[in-house]
Amino acid sequence: MTTSFPRRFTARTQAALAVERLAAEASRRLGRGSGEMIGGKLALRVSPGALAEVGSHRRTACVSGTNGKTTTTRLLARALGTLGPVKSNSGGANMAPGVLAALSRPPFDAAAALEVDEIWLPKVAREISPRVVLLLNISRDQLDRSNETRRIASMWRELGAELKDTTVVANVDDPLVAWAAGGWHRQVWVSAGQNWTADAMVCPQCARLLHRNDSGWWSECGLARPEPIVAVTGPRELLWYGRTIPAHLDLPGRVNLGNAAMAAAAAREFGVEVEAAFAAMAGLGDVQGRYQEVVLGEQGRRGRLLLAKNPAGWVEMMELLADAPPRPVVIDFNSQTADGRDPSWIWDVPFERLAGRQVLVTGGRKEDMSVRLAYAEVPHSVHASAEDAALAANEKVVDVVANYTAFRDLLVRCSR
Amino acid sequence: MRRTSATRIALIYPELLGTYGDGGNAIVLAQRLRWRGLPVEVVNVAAGSPVPDSCDIYLLGGGEDAPQVLAADGIRQNRAIVRAVGSGAAVLAVCAGYQVIGATFPSGGEIHEGLNLVDIETRRSFAPPETPPPTRAVGDIVVEPDPRLGLPTLYGYENHAGRTRRLPGAGGFPLGAVRRGIGDGDSGDGGGGTDGIVDGRVIGTYLHGPVLAQNPALADLLLTWVHGQLPPLEAPQEAQVLREARRRALAAP
Ligand SMILES: [Zn+2]
Repeated sequence: MTTSFPRRFTARTQAALAVERLAAEASRRLGRGSGEMIGGKLALRVSPGALAEVGSHRRTACVSGTNGKTTTTRLLARALGTLGPVKSNSGGANMAPGVLAALSRPPFDAAAALEVDEIWLPKVAREISPRVVLLLNISRDQLDRSNETRRIASMWRELGAELKDTTVVANVDDPLVAWAAGGWHRQVWVSAGQNWTADAMVCPQCARLLHRNDSGWWSECGLARPEPIVAVTGPRELLWYGRTIPAHLDLPGRVNLGNAAMAAAAAREFGVEVEAAFAAMAGLGDVQGRYQEVVLGEQGRRGRLLLAKNPAGWVEMMELLADAPPRPVVIDFNSQTADGRDPSWIWDVPFERLAGRQVLVTGGRKEDMSVRLAYAEVPHSVHASAEDAALAANEKVVDVVANYTAFRDLLVRCSR
Repeated sequence: MRRTSATRIALIYPELLGTYGDGGNAIVLAQRLRWRGLPVEVVNVAAGSPVPDSCDIYLLGGGEDAPQVLAADGIRQNRAIVRAVGSGAAVLAVCAGYQVIGATFPSGGEIHEGLNLVDIETRRSFAPPETPPPTRAVGDIVVEPDPRLGLPTLYGYENHAGRTRRLPGAGGFPLGAVRRGIGDGDSGDGGGGTDGIVDGRVIGTYLHGPVLAQNPALADLLLTWVHGQLPPLEAPQEAQVLREARRRALAAP
């Protein structure tokens, strides 16, 4: 194996990158996924400063938020790809080791679109000083982790005060995000939309109740929705720096157009024209299996895979399901550690909206989902697996809405 | 007692006390009346608006620190819940809501005054000051209810940092004995091992789930208190299946 590193890396970091490569290759050979996590972890142990060394002298963007990180990062990587090579943690490993793994292969001057976990963002961004940070939204994710939404917003706000050369691209429709981004040195305000307002009812600045109407939100302390320079104004239309432009994606739903608007606004900071950005983003059809159609089981039934891992995500999926032909819906619902052990949040989802569709339920907590649907008066059947459910459906193609581990397991089974 | 007017269920400040799906308790109560052919009205009391004193059942759910303090201030101000309980209304208060209906509760490093509806107090810890505070109580919880209630085992999920105990001379009795999980936690006087309180028609508990979805008999108990004898209703078959699944999943220690 020949490896050449630019001169400027310290010997320690060169060793760390070699270790990363070896571990990733071994992990790939042993079939343990992409190996980003294990390689990155080992490399950080060898050289704790490696992230700063490989990340700080290049043009990078970090994407963070509760929902839409992976999709937005993928869209941004495509847009930045119009300028040259782009590195990205496309496998979804979004803590420091995953970010390091994405940055640890040549060319070391390639731009990077990096998905970063909400809690990890300060640590990663302090190391690599990104040119742009995208802040999408903050909502409840896993109830049992007690991730206070305001605490995350406050961490982000403090971070921005330190990053003097970083521009934040922030969603004005999320009050927590707008408040967090208000502390940064330069903002690009985007109206990407917010379907889910239940987690942003209290002003993050003064703890009084927020006021809302159709055109925005405000608080008695003076905090209010900033005027956006980019906004989603229709299903295929954006307001873009004072003009209205058409915007088309292959990814479905208004929520993804919001993600694309954020990505395009970030790409503009790197010098990408909006037309070029959308031309590059349009062809993206699935993100790590999301929105992709797969074969379910031996009988050749097909399912479109959709991910919904928290109330905000489910409300987005409801909107997306309403856009498409009314197929049977399979709900695959787990409550493993990575999902959050507490399934109570399904009572915040307006499942009443599924009335009129055939609904089929499966997963580790199928009984909880079944009770929720019974009280929503949505007739449904319960099945041992998503494959069984698809077989019991009235049509050959179904929509499958799964939460995190259910989705991951489905993807593994379907790609075998 | 037979009534013809709609039973009014007040969901108190769902924006502040709705972090853990407890709004589901209102859905469950309303449906169990509707399925019996009885009229019901769910009153969403938005944070910032006055709590009406004319409702039959008041529901308070769980919430994060700052919203909990806001909610306590709001319900303390007009004392509508206290008046309503005085004229026969029932209360189900869960987690942060449970702490708020007591005398005092901790939040953001300070002790706040509650509604004083039941004689309980909540602290971060009741252990001697030199002992580190207990870890957050997060996980499945199983409670064997007080036999006076005539209820089957209660299943739920808890997520709270506070520990709660009855004040000397408190009325009512604990909701039940904790079989799995923490509940009120160690009260420091050797009286730990229980969860919640039942005092007249007021029930407080740490159980999310939502608690009434997992335990329909508790929902019917609340409804009977304000409605009198109810026509029988087989719990939805789904709820029986869920309880059996929970029983099996939580049987192992
Ligand atoms: Zn304010």
